[in-house]
Amino acid sequence: MGMTLAEKILARASGRECVFPDQIVIARVDLAMSHENADLVRKSFLEIGVGRVWDRSKIVIIFDHRVPAESEKTATTHKAVREFVAAQGIEHFYDVGRGGICHQVLPEEGHVRPGMVIVGTDSHTTTHGAFGAFATGIGATEMAGVWTEGTLWFKVPSTLRVEAEGEFRPWISAKDLVLHLIGKLGAAGADYRAVEFDGATIRHMSVASRMVLTNLAMEMGAKVAFTPVDEILLDYLRPRVPEKLDMIAADPDACYERVIRLDVGEDLREPQIACPHAVDRVQPLSVLGEVPVHQAVLGSCTNGRLEDLEVAARIVAGRVVHARTRLIVIPASQRIYREAMRLGYLETLVAAGAMINPSGCGPCVGVHQGILAAGETCVSSTNRNFHGRMGSKDSFVYLASPAVVAASAIAGKLAHPESIVKEDQPCLMEV
Amino acid sequence: MPDGSMKLRGRVRVVLGDNIDTDIIYPGRYLNITDREKTAEHLFELAYPEIRAGLQAGDFIVAGKNFGCGSSREQAAAALKFSGVGAVIAASFARIFFRNAINLGLAAVVSTEAAAAYSAGDEIEIDLVAGQIHNLTQGRTFTSAPLDPRAAELLAAGGLVPYLKHKYMQQRRNPCPTTA
Repeated sequence: MGMTLAEKILARASGRECVFPDQIVIARVDLAMSHENADLVRKSFLEIGVGRVWDRSKIVIIFDHRVPAESEKTATTHKAVREFVAAQGIEHFYDVGRGGICHQVLPEEGHVRPGMVIVGTDSHTTTHGAFGAFATGIGATEMAGVWTEGTLWFKVPSTLRVEAEGEFRPWISAKDLVLHLIGKLGAAGADYRAVEFDGATIRHMSVASRMVLTNLAMEMGAKVAFTPVDEILLDYLRPRVPEKLDMIAADPDACYERVIRLDVGEDLREPQIACPHAVDRVQPLSVLGEVPVHQAVLGSCTNGRLEDLEVAARIVAGRVVHARTRLIVIPASQRIYREAMRLGYLETLVAAGAMINPSGCGPCVGVHQGILAAGETCVSSTNRNFHGRMGSKDSFVYLASPAVVAASAIAGKLAHPESIVKEDQPCLMEV
Repeated sequence: MPDGSMKLRGRVRVVLGDNIDTDIIYPGRYLNITDREKTAEHLFELAYPEIRAGLQAGDFIVAGKNFGCGSSREQAAAALKFSGVGAVIAASFARIFFRNAINLGLAAVVSTEAAAAYSAGDEIEIDLVAGQIHNLTQGRTFTSAPLDPRAAELLAAGGLVPYLKHKYMQQRRNPCPTTA
């Protein structure tokens, strides 16, 4: 019988001919990623007491949650991790100003290849399924076990297959697709499962858009998520990855728990919004009525890439952010930051009144650089709108696409981009 | 369970609903606390600070579906454990939280019936090996999902760190190692 992508990768990584859902396997880990919580991992690792990490070439550490350090406590943590990296000779370390958000930096710097098993001490590690990797989040103590042994046990997940066909309407994007899906399946709709996204819509998507799908699959509980390994992906990987690339694919006779079909032209007639305080409370924009917005955030591992900054720049070009609204823009990596600068997107955004934050997680985790006060509402291109996530427990976060975030910043309330930019109006942005 | 037994007895502190996320359990702003015992100070701080206030050592938290969804932050499990929570009983757990709990030696027990039927204040006894939850107040017994043998081994050892420490200590045949 054929295997899904998740089954195929786990079979190889555990040295088996084939594996089945619910089987427990011990898989070799190809790459182990951590951010600031490497400090927690470090502590557990030292407590285990084996001395050296299993493979210093397979550990990647990227600071992104609190960059630059927002407190003395964080500065101390950063320092402890730097010293550990040096002492262990860990080969891949991206310090403040050298990388950006871990899930952007990892593929951008060529660390991710199809067929790999990747674990990260961050739940959105599922993002790397956009590169054909079996990639999932684990806790810090578990990572200490990986640093010790280079292996980890997994329960082989069953797989949901999502087949998307059709063309997006104007201003609708991958974010709307995946929010719609999360609304449909619920926050636990894919718990413990793998998700394979496929279909003509997906196969025409940019790599950046595919990453939105695999990133947010986490918000319906997915263990891993994949988009196809195809020529579009290989074009992205070839300049970055010296190794031979594996065109891994699910077998045509693979067994799926469920197949969900979407016609994106029909099912996504307007922008999708996740309302406070749950990612699966998804509504089409028009039913929400007038929702004033105090802060608009464009960034994160979900939507801080070049195409996201481009669409936002296109919408705000020649306009001004509404008086009651603050627009915060966070390029997902230093490379994206420079590219957006070169292309004039940042100039356009700043001219409209946006503040550009350094590449990192910023206010998405509620730590710094844009915390909300009680009673404030934020529209955000990020990935979570949990109670108190971005500040006060009495603040409200609406998750939306980059286009809706930009349009809402101009309107001062939740807004459809078409209400800001008229179809027949030429683009005002000068590049 | 440092004493090796797989039975827990305690009181239900609170019964929570579905999708209790990791930001509710442990707010992101405290993620730079890497001293696990100190995480306890911020348990449920934003949404339900009263839970921690009345918590007694060994108390159980009962919840609905998908407990611990969201972030991979281990502090969510650590804050529960170091606040003295004896176990979490839920209709289901989010994957990463479940693994974090077991890796830290915190019992995470799956029972849809118990999650639906229990009330705050009930006296409970959990037999992790037999997969049974006895509600001594209500006089009812429910079955819990069987604990995976690997998870049972980790819980018995007190978590992954003591488990691996022991394993590698034995491998090195060094009866008295010192850690760096």
